[in-house]
Amino acid sequence: MSAYEPVIGVEIHVQLSTRTKMFCGCELSFGDPPNTHTCPVCLAHPGVLPVVNEEAIRRALVIGLALGCEIAPRSIFHRKNYFYPDLPKAYQVSQFDIPICGRGEFTAIREDGSELTVGITRAHLEEDAAKLTHEGGRRAGAEGSVVDFNRGGTPLVEIVTEPDLRSGSDVATFLRQLRQTLLFLGVSDCSMEEGSMRADANVSIRPVGSHELGTKTELKNMNSFRFLERGIEAEIARQERILSEGGRISQETVHYEPETGHITSLRSKEESHDYRYFPEPDLVPVVPDPAWVESLRAEQPELPVPLRRRMVAEMGLSAEDAEVLTESPELVEYFMQAAALADPKACANWIRGELRAQLRETGEEPWQSKVTPAHVAALVDLLAAGTVSVPAAKEVLAGMIQTGDQPAAVVESKGLAAMDDGDLAAIIAELVAANPDQAQQLRDGKDKVLGFFVGQAMKQTGGRANPQSVQKLVREAVLGE
Amino acid sequence: MIDESTVNHVARLARLRLTPDEQQVMREELSGILEHIDAIRAMDLDGVEPTTHVIAVENVLRPDVPRPGLSRDDALREAADVVDGSFGVPRMD
Repeated sequence: MSAYEPVIGVEIHVQLSTRTKMFCGCELSFGDPPNTHTCPVCLAHPGVLPVVNEEAIRRALVIGLALGCEIAPRSIFHRKNYFYPDLPKAYQVSQFDIPICGRGEFTAIREDGSELTVGITRAHLEEDAAKLTHEGGRRAGAEGSVVDFNRGGTPLVEIVTEPDLRSGSDVATFLRQLRQTLLFLGVSDCSMEEGSMRADANVSIRPVGSHELGTKTELKNMNSFRFLERGIEAEIARQERILSEGGRISQETVHYEPETGHITSLRSKEESHDYRYFPEPDLVPVVPDPAWVESLRAEQPELPVPLRRRMVAEMGLSAEDAEVLTESPELVEYFMQAAALADPKACANWIRGELRAQLRETGEEPWQSKVTPAHVAALVDLLAAGTVSVPAAKEVLAGMIQTGDQPAAVVESKGLAAMDDGDLAAIIAELVAANPDQAQQLRDGKDKVLGFFVGQAMKQTGGRANPQSVQKLVREAVLGE
Repeated sequence: MIDESTVNHVARLARLRLTPDEQQVMREELSGILEHIDAIRAMDLDGVEPTTHVIAVENVLRPDVPRPGLSRDDALREAADVVDGSFGVPRMD
């Protein structure tokens, strides 16, 4: 047990997937040739005037509402001043003391089912910087960096949390479920690889029982949640080592090297945090119409975390079912359509189990396949009615994946209907006669041997035997029950 | 009167190199501005909305519709250095 308690807050930058940039009509693009989506505004030519993208405001509000944030009745933009080649104006338009979304909170569900609630300090709008690539010898005899302004001016929402997190794994849990929520809201692609979602963590430790905050370091720009989790754990360990040896933590930006597991300190840039914010005179205040905000609130989709709770409490699903089925909005929609028509728990089992397993071969997702939610529901009903056995149902599913036919039609065409008990009884009688040792075991009270008979009966009937019927008939034949 | 080191700090943040004469001028001019702000601070401003913009206009927004921008050649025309379609700058890492 460590003598120190970690205290962690995170800052998440989310690129909004609007069509155009924050303050100009340049199209957003990823992967296009450099500097093919620019204009005088996002290149900061003299005399230009930025105009706010209404859709960026809408999406910021949608995010704020999902995080339970107070929506500012009136918010303004500020200039954050610093010099860097990825920032042509020498300031970033951001928000400072009156962000569009104020305090809120977000609850995630840990693997063990416990809930993790994290305070949201704010969520504000700003513009992304351009992409700076460090060249290093691409030109003969010269070293330099190159700037691509396609990304410059992309709308960003920065979400800042309270220092409520206590471990790397909680940070990863929180971020994964926050990401999932943002995907459900349809506001961003949230691709860590492409940088449309980026997370920094502020990490400090303090003696257990203390309520003061220790000196924090900032772990920057990890491009996966797993690396961020490991980086935080490594940084906590580093700080513990320093403090237990009587040293002091210096406030700096640190970098985690996933390959080596090492933490390195980045040069702290002198005075780099003196941003001299002041209100952006080129932009007027944003005053969202309360009626608009209310309509956005009413239109919010059911979000994954509450949805998971409801699936468990009201639909009889396991926590794991609920977690798997809320993986994407598409999967939720697919499951919900099936569950409206047949037993939800059985639909959940078939969708997350056999359907996804069989689709793995084609690489399709359920909603992309020929199997509709109604097909799944019909199959579940056929099983419940005893029309098909479980092994036969798996074959029916395989047939549906190929043809897109109704399950009843596949049962018909493949002759997969469960055998009636009269036909089955004859096969069971033969099996019992052919396997006297196993029959004796059953007489000796070893019920486990019933599994053997079920297996044999399945083989004999090509999977058309109903396992319950087989067990009943074997007992009748052997024990005279 | 603000001190020299404050003037130098602000100048450095703005990437300005000031001669000793200019530093003196800046000290006086910046001090004048700050005194003006002190005069405002001394007033009773309870209930007065802070001014963040000089014109009373709100919600100037545009629809999320793409508009044509610059060709790459035009965008790069005034660049001091061009490397493969990008702006070349001194090494920054």
